[in-house]
Amino acid sequence: MSPGLRWRKFVSGFMLTMTGVCALVAVSVLFFILGYLVYNGGASINWNFFTKLPAPVGESGGGMANAIVGSAKLLLLASLLGVPIGFLGAIYLAEFSGSRVAFVVRYAADLLNGVPSIVIGIFAYSLAVLPFKHFSTMAGGFALGLMMIPITLRSTEEFLLAVPRALREAAMALGASKWKTIATVIVPAAYRGILTAVLLAFARVAGETAPLLFTALGNRFWSPGWNQPTASLPEMIFRYALAPYEDWHRQAWAAGLVLLGLILVINIVARAILARGIAVPRA
Amino acid sequence: MAATTTVPSASPIPGSRSFLARLREGDEIARLVTFLFAASVVLVTALLIFELWQDSALARHKFGLHFFVTRVWDPVFEQFGALPFIYGTLVTAVVSLVIAVPLGIGAAIFLAELAPARVSDTLEFFIDLLAAVPSVIYGLLGVFIVVPLMRDYLQPGLRKSLGFLPLFSGPAYGVGFLTAGVVLAIMVIPYIISVSREVLMSVPRDQREAALALGATRWESTWKVVVPFARTGIMGSIFLALARALGETMAVTMVIGNTPTISASLFSPGYSIAAVIANEFTEATGDLHLQALIELGLVLFLLTFLLNGVARLLIVITSQRGSGTALA
Repeated sequence: MSPGLRWRKFVSGFMLTMTGVCALVAVSVLFFILGYLVYNGGASINWNFFTKLPAPVGESGGGMANAIVGSAKLLLLASLLGVPIGFLGAIYLAEFSGSRVAFVVRYAADLLNGVPSIVIGIFAYSLAVLPFKHFSTMAGGFALGLMMIPITLRSTEEFLLAVPRALREAAMALGASKWKTIATVIVPAAYRGILTAVLLAFARVAGETAPLLFTALGNRFWSPGWNQPTASLPEMIFRYALAPYEDWHRQAWAAGLVLLGLILVINIVARAILARGIAVPRA
Repeated sequence: MAATTTVPSASPIPGSRSFLARLREGDEIARLVTFLFAASVVLVTALLIFELWQDSALARHKFGLHFFVTRVWDPVFEQFGALPFIYGTLVTAVVSLVIAVPLGIGAAIFLAELAPARVSDTLEFFIDLLAAVPSVIYGLLGVFIVVPLMRDYLQPGLRKSLGFLPLFSGPAYGVGFLTAGVVLAIMVIPYIISVSREVLMSVPRDQREAALALGATRWESTWKVVVPFARTGIMGSIFLALARALGETMAVTMVIGNTPTISASLFSPGYSIAAVIANEFTEATGDLHLQALIELGLVLFLLTFLLNGVARLLIVITSQRGSGTALA
């Protein structure tokens, strides 16, 4: 082997090893984050965390029950707004629309998807806070719902388009109307994909903080109904992490663990649903 | 009896016709309803742009283009200049890319070229999970791990070895441009990896085989043939990451130090567009202050809009080229 070749082989081996190191570093960040959160948060999670209100400033103890309920309410509202619009909009794109309208809708959805979440917050503020002159759960849910729309829409559309033509034609040939074909053949055939899309959109907004800062604002007490400011898990993590109290830091870790656990579980479930095979039965 | 009474109403031709008509009606209703939902997406997006433009009118008229070159941000005297925030946003984004691009592309090469399919898919699954970690969690880890690490070890070390550069001089606070850039890098790496991996995997097989047949080593075939082939798409992934980094709010707000300074030192605390909106929006002292913040939001929106557009274009170009050559 000539020295030149030996050198080239050495470079090749070295650089390829380096790419492996890069991949290892990138992936290990995930386990580092998880491990650190479990280590720090695990010790602080107890029954009080899930059942008590935050303790008064300066006192230790208390929990984040109001933030957990607040997050649940916000996410419910977000889903009520984001899922129908995303889902039905996707049906229009995949089944009814001409290519020009579809292009405009897709473009708008992609644009909305790329908008930084803090700008979504500004938008929700001027639409759902300013007119009513107060921060509210409604406004927060509206902001998160806006973010769910494009994610649900684009992936649902893809899964609908992936349903084989033969299924559509078979239904049509049996004399089914178009909407009947959609409701009884196409959507059921694509339901796994659609469920995945919705779950991923849900997980994505579950951790969003920026749009909540000036819509749901935050609250140290229970927030009855839908018209008052409310606490939420991500917002509590933000405030507690930057506060000067040791006890609050512990609780921020606990909240981080709960939030990340929830998001990762949803992600894994969503991918497992999809991985169990293309939903279309092979005839 | 019952059979005979039903016969007239079931006369085939008019009956089936009205049935068909009703079916058509059903279709039309479904079409209309779904259209309304699809149209609402366009409407919401248009409204968003309109609101940003409309609600920043006061600030836009008062400051004009000076807004972008003024360094003073003083709510008390109602003087608002965006320069420190734009500077902070750009500097942190550049720092993050300097770290994330080599790492991300390296990892993508490993996943696309070297790793067996099953390993690659498993790692990609973890990378996807990493992309799902919310930014406030990155902020939390940033505050309690990256900031102390920076303050106590990395920044003093950098100053000792590279302190002659203005970039790495000045006191080490822990919070600042460099820390924000590092946290952002960790956040955008998954995006670079995912997209670059896809793009690399779409490079036709013959390209690799041709290079190897000519006697190239594995690395030479990867670096001199496959990567240049996928260059446009990789650029796309970088633009995508850049757009993410510019718009990122929570993690940056928590570690950048929140001081509107322009400093050549990366150790210096700074401020970013998204961070100042997050911190001051609810406490804005007057209409002008609020509108200046909304104008910052508009700037951020336009920046990310532009970058996302370019990114998508580049990715589409590459994937089309890849499939085109594969067919030929």
